[in-house]
Amino acid sequence: MSVIRRRTRMAAAALAAVTALGAVAACGDDSGEGTTAGAKPDKLVVETFGEFGYDELVKQYEQETGIKVELRKTAQLNEYRPKIVRSLATGKGVADVVALEEGILNEFKTNPANWADLTPMVKDHSTEYLPWKWELGKAADGRLIGLPTDVGSLAVCYRSDLFKAAGLPTDREAVTALWPDWDGFITTGQKYRQATNKGMLDSVTTAASAVMFQAGGDLFYDAENNVIADKSPAVKQAWDTSIKMVDADITAKTATWSPEWSAGFKQGTFAATFCPSWMLGIVEGNSGAENKGKWDVAGVPGGAGNWGGSWLAVPERGKYKTEAAKLAEWLTSAQSQVAAFKLKGPLPTNLEALKNPDFQAYTNAYFSDAPTGKIFGGSVEAIKPVHLGPKHQAVKEQAFEPALRAYEGGELKEAAAWEQFVKDAATQGAF
Amino acid sequence: MSLATPARPKHVAPPDPPRRRQSRTVRLARLDTKLSPYLYVAPFFILFGVFGLYPMIRTGWMSLHDWDLIGEHTFIGFDNYTALLGDEYFWNATVNTLGMFVVATVPQLILALFLANLLNRTRLRGRTFFRMAIFVPNITSVAAVGIVFAMLFQRDFGVVNWLLSGLGVDAIDWDAQRWSSWTAIALMVDWRWTGYNALILLAGMQAIPKDLYEAAAIDGAGQWRQFFRITLPMLTPTFVFVVILSTIGGLQLFTEPLVFGNGNMRGGTQREFQTLAMYMFEKGINSLNTAGYGAAIAFALFLMIAVVAVINFALVRRTVK
Repeated sequence: MSVIRRRTRMAAAALAAVTALGAVAACGDDSGEGTTAGAKPDKLVVETFGEFGYDELVKQYEQETGIKVELRKTAQLNEYRPKIVRSLATGKGVADVVALEEGILNEFKTNPANWADLTPMVKDHSTEYLPWKWELGKAADGRLIGLPTDVGSLAVCYRSDLFKAAGLPTDREAVTALWPDWDGFITTGQKYRQATNKGMLDSVTTAASAVMFQAGGDLFYDAENNVIADKSPAVKQAWDTSIKMVDADITAKTATWSPEWSAGFKQGTFAATFCPSWMLGIVEGNSGAENKGKWDVAGVPGGAGNWGGSWLAVPERGKYKTEAAKLAEWLTSAQSQVAAFKLKGPLPTNLEALKNPDFQAYTNAYFSDAPTGKIFGGSVEAIKPVHLGPKHQAVKEQAFEPALRAYEGGELKEAAAWEQFVKDAATQGAF
Repeated sequence: MSLATPARPKHVAPPDPPRRRQSRTVRLARLDTKLSPYLYVAPFFILFGVFGLYPMIRTGWMSLHDWDLIGEHTFIGFDNYTALLGDEYFWNATVNTLGMFVVATVPQLILALFLANLLNRTRLRGRTFFRMAIFVPNITSVAAVGIVFAMLFQRDFGVVNWLLSGLGVDAIDWDAQRWSSWTAIALMVDWRWTGYNALILLAGMQAIPKDLYEAAAIDGAGQWRQFFRITLPMLTPTFVFVVILSTIGGLQLFTEPLVFGNGNMRGGTQREFQTLAMYMFEKGINSLNTAGYGAAIAFALFLMIAVVAVINFALVRRTVK
């Protein structure tokens, strides 16, 4: 603790303050550079997080149109969101096309003026996508601000080698048959614990998300966007199932996205995790090439559900909004969605893409040639639409999951954990 | 400089009366003596104004508003501050910040004092080497220190738990309890700052006149007695200075707990190690619509540091007298 450190801190504080100030300046300066209608852009910037599978597609677009496309990627959503906020608030470094995930989409929808209305700029695609997914891309004032990219239909990723060592079946049909419902999943976890003295599932929070999204309907918010965390049946169901799992001791207690969790894929700390289809790329990345063929994909207990998925939006401050909208339209087309799925796993939302024979016949070599097209595609139509409120992601990550993890780690009793969740949900959910 | 060029116009224009010319030079000289000093100190004040004062005033202004980072702002007076007083998490962060400060600083200063005393010995070989060596941790990047320590204190694959398991201790989930997370973070802070403080104390020790020790030695005072009766009392001003710096740094603790907690502003599932600076960031930056509240936290932190600084100042004045 020293002068130097103090200066650094002050500099950091000043920087933060300046960033905030930029926000003010940005608000007063709406005209900016304006839209250069008709002019052909030299370059369009696409901002995404995780793996969208656009690497090859943008090259193709460059060849077809002669417009250069720069693809910016951020690994994690929680690092991605501040970048978007900063660019919106300061007007500096705004991308032309921005991917918005379902958890943060609604927060950005509360200030719809930041996003361009796509309706006049693209053709009418309203009947070409999963209807609920299309509807969610609209802001409260009816303007279309996002074109659907993917959904995260649910499955279970499991390590067949570890299942074999624990005396469990390894074939994906037989594994799916182990857990027709959540009780079956818990029983399997208990068998795994007895055989290996390890937790089968990575963390209670991944299961909690799965249960909650299966239940569908209103989660932390009701239709009028009031926080109903303590009354919502979907949340309660997810909570109770999670508590049962912790009591049955079937988890490895590795917090999702922590270093323990990432290392756990390689080390075999756990043998299963819940896989929305976008998770496949992450499992593969964390497990590394040496574990190819050890992972497999089985059905999820308790029926279809959606976890994750995104939209492509065009910021109002972008310089080439019309061209950007065309690029977004092209990236979300049926053929692009199939190509992205093959490359990195995000599941199509375009109805034509879902019927595409190439998509349906696709098998994933890393996951023991699992027919991921069939596994994920088969349950897409059964997904129930979910209503996520403005600060869904904050409530989930800063209220729901910490409380569950505190119970999982034995730091809080159930009643105290629930109380903490309800209290935090109220503050985190306010907007 | 050629003399011809400036001389030319003089012949063209009617010559200035010598008195006026002289008075112009005098005026310029006077202006120079009056203005130049301000110009010399201006760089600091301009930088301070732009990066210090303006953000501070702006933060104060923000704290009086319901401020959405990417939306609207409404003036609400002191509502943010009244809310702050009743905010359990604000007080939790305050306790954490002060607690970690004590846990980190007390052992750190004792150790620094010990090291300084050791390095002050005239008979020690390779003194310069050791003096430089203890400073090295301080020039390591905070983020690097945080990442390495977070790895050492991992639950499943961390070195610390591996060593403890050799002693028969069960794996500790370091970020799940207050005591364990505070210990880990305090260790990080101490690793970086003990050497730095030791050097300042060493400088203070070297300023103590040698004859005092000689006189004491003649009177038969041993090493320990000399240390407690001469070194410590004479070192008080330096010591207070070190305490002030540590306090200011400690109250602004941010990077270490943040990196230790895997980048989560919450600082543990139950905010076991969330500091005030982290809570400020959570409210002011992470949560878009509470930027005004975050600004209020920033100002509260500023007030706390100001209070501590005033107390320290009073202490220094007393000791220097």
